[in-house]
Amino acid sequence: MLDIVSGFLEAMVRMACPIMLASLGALFTARSGIINFAMEGIMIMGAFFGVYGSYLSGNPWVGALLGMLGGLAAAVVLGIMSITVKVDQVVAGTGINVLFLGLTSYLCTVLYPDGQPSSVEAFQSVEIPGLSSLPVVGVFFQQNLLVYLAFLLVPLIWYLLNRTTFGLCLRSVGEQPHAADSLGINVNRMRYIAILLAGILGGLGGAALSLGQVSVFMENMTSGRGYVAWSAVTVGKWNPIGIMGASLLFGGAEAVQLRLQALGIEIPQQFFQMLPYLLTMIVLAGVVGRTVGPKAMGKPFVKGER
Amino acid sequence: MICMNFGGTQVRVERKKRTESPLFQKVLGIGIALLLVILVTGIIIALSGKSPIAAFQCMIKGAFGTKNSVAETLIKAVPLLLSGLGLTICYRTGLTSVGSEGQIIMGGLMATIVGVNLGGLPAPVVIPMAMIAGILGGGIWAGIAGLLKAKLGVSEVINTIMLNYVATYLVAYLVDGPIQEAAGHYPQSDLLGKNAWLPIILPGTRMHLGVILAAVSVVLVYMLLWKLPLGYQMRAVGNNPIAAKTNGINVARNMVLAMFLSGAFAGLAGSVEIMGIHHRLMNGFSSSYGFDSMAVALLGGLHPVGVTIAAIFFGALRTGANTMQRTLQVPVSLVNVIQGLVILFVLMQALLSRFTIRIIQRNAKEKGAKQHA
Repeated sequence: MLDIVSGFLEAMVRMACPIMLASLGALFTARSGIINFAMEGIMIMGAFFGVYGSYLSGNPWVGALLGMLGGLAAAVVLGIMSITVKVDQVVAGTGINVLFLGLTSYLCTVLYPDGQPSSVEAFQSVEIPGLSSLPVVGVFFQQNLLVYLAFLLVPLIWYLLNRTTFGLCLRSVGEQPHAADSLGINVNRMRYIAILLAGILGGLGGAALSLGQVSVFMENMTSGRGYVAWSAVTVGKWNPIGIMGASLLFGGAEAVQLRLQALGIEIPQQFFQMLPYLLTMIVLAGVVGRTVGPKAMGKPFVKGER
Repeated sequence: MICMNFGGTQVRVERKKRTESPLFQKVLGIGIALLLVILVTGIIIALSGKSPIAAFQCMIKGAFGTKNSVAETLIKAVPLLLSGLGLTICYRTGLTSVGSEGQIIMGGLMATIVGVNLGGLPAPVVIPMAMIAGILGGGIWAGIAGLLKAKLGVSEVINTIMLNYVATYLVAYLVDGPIQEAAGHYPQSDLLGKNAWLPIILPGTRMHLGVILAAVSVVLVYMLLWKLPLGYQMRAVGNNPIAAKTNGINVARNMVLAMFLSGAFAGLAGSVEIMGIHHRLMNGFSSSYGFDSMAVALLGGLHPVGVTIAAIFFGALRTGANTMQRTLQVPVSLVNVIQGLVILFVLMQALLSRFTIRIIQRNAKEKGAKQHA
């Protein structure tokens, strides 16, 4: 029984990591007033370039770096569309997702002339001495480095958003951009910074998926995790600690699927595959109405126009 | 306002007061957007070491070269058109649905259940019955998201996406269990009864009755949106929900209804695809028509006529890309790249249409070049 519990906890934390990283990235954009619907595209770029970087160099860290750059590229497109061109952010995000899902599949055939390698150098789990030998919870300390990084980022980002001038500026831009502007804050520059952070973290989230879990890239391998990460921001009530909880919830839903399948329980696997998505709907229906998002969400900023 | 002087000519770019631009300018804008798409796609093809000109030639020939290829283009345009028409209703009501894919799947599922079990009935009975089942399946699936939006205020965007995945896995379960074919070899349903197959209207091709059905739907959606009070109410809700509410329009009811109708058309698309092409239910039969129809609706300017042209364009793209992959080994995933680029560039041209460009002849010495941000 203890084995089952610790196995489940291990899978939950590991599955939560990509969603948490991407969701923390999406948080920056959300707090600055941008709907980051493009997270799916950002993550798939991270997943693809993560594997490609590791394939070229044999080093997963180079992969993670390239993955972040890939995510950044997708995020910059969103930035241009939503901040400079000022179009509907959901529609632009959809376009970005379609584009980069297609582009990564296309590059997959073009960049690997002899077919994609069956696996590349991935992140290995690192045991933290002492803590990893604890019963049950020890599995939390036998994860790969990206998982530790994701959890470390939670307090860091909380501090950044709530206790620094930068965080205050970012939040004010998302709530009252015109007031922020009148105090001399460059609204669009703040939003671009948020976009860059979302691209880096979303790309890393994608790399955590391809390099932290399976060490190979598959077409459309994010399978909606970008959308789940984006929903996790709302479910987590627009703060990093809530997002950690929401990501663990979704990670748990995925882990249940893996574990119960392994146990041979007589429920068709497809129902477990549905679980994360159904859970998102149920939790959202329960949460929305009791939380208030950033006021200027989805509204492009035009100086002097109300 | 930006003014620039070139010798004696002043070029002035001004922000327009009106947001609605004349048809000519819209068409011009979309034309420029498509040119940019072709340019960028060409560069991507060239970078992979293939000739872009040969690739585009191959696509055009593959899509329109023979009677059969035209038929293939049209039957691929049918689900895109039906689903795109549904999204037109929904977007005009101010709802951003991303759920056509799931609604197509549910429509196909319901049509299959009717077609397999009642396939013995005469064709004029079973075909409408299967279609109505498909319409209800898609409509109710979309209605869930509509209700959650209207009653609880939950974003329809997230819920429609999530429902896509739920529908996909639901069908994956059903074709692997309760409704799997009697032979039990593959995860797919039994064939529909022959009477439930849509008749072929162009002998020697796969062109089926769905083409005519789609054409009728274009007129229906136009009538609904611009000739009926219901359509007027929906567009009012889309333009300004608060103003609509003050004028006594039931916003929540219109939202749910618009979602239902958009799902109904997607469901029809799914049932037509099953009854006209596959004749049985299997995983992935919708081949992302639902996602592509978003691009179709947008590219078509949310007008039934525009959506028709866009659907044929995307149908041609799919047919042409298949030929291109067979002949030149250019991966078919390029179609997604093109579609993504179309969405982004068409959005960008909306920016251009917010400005007017005027060229004024006058003496350059009168005023130096001025720039206002």
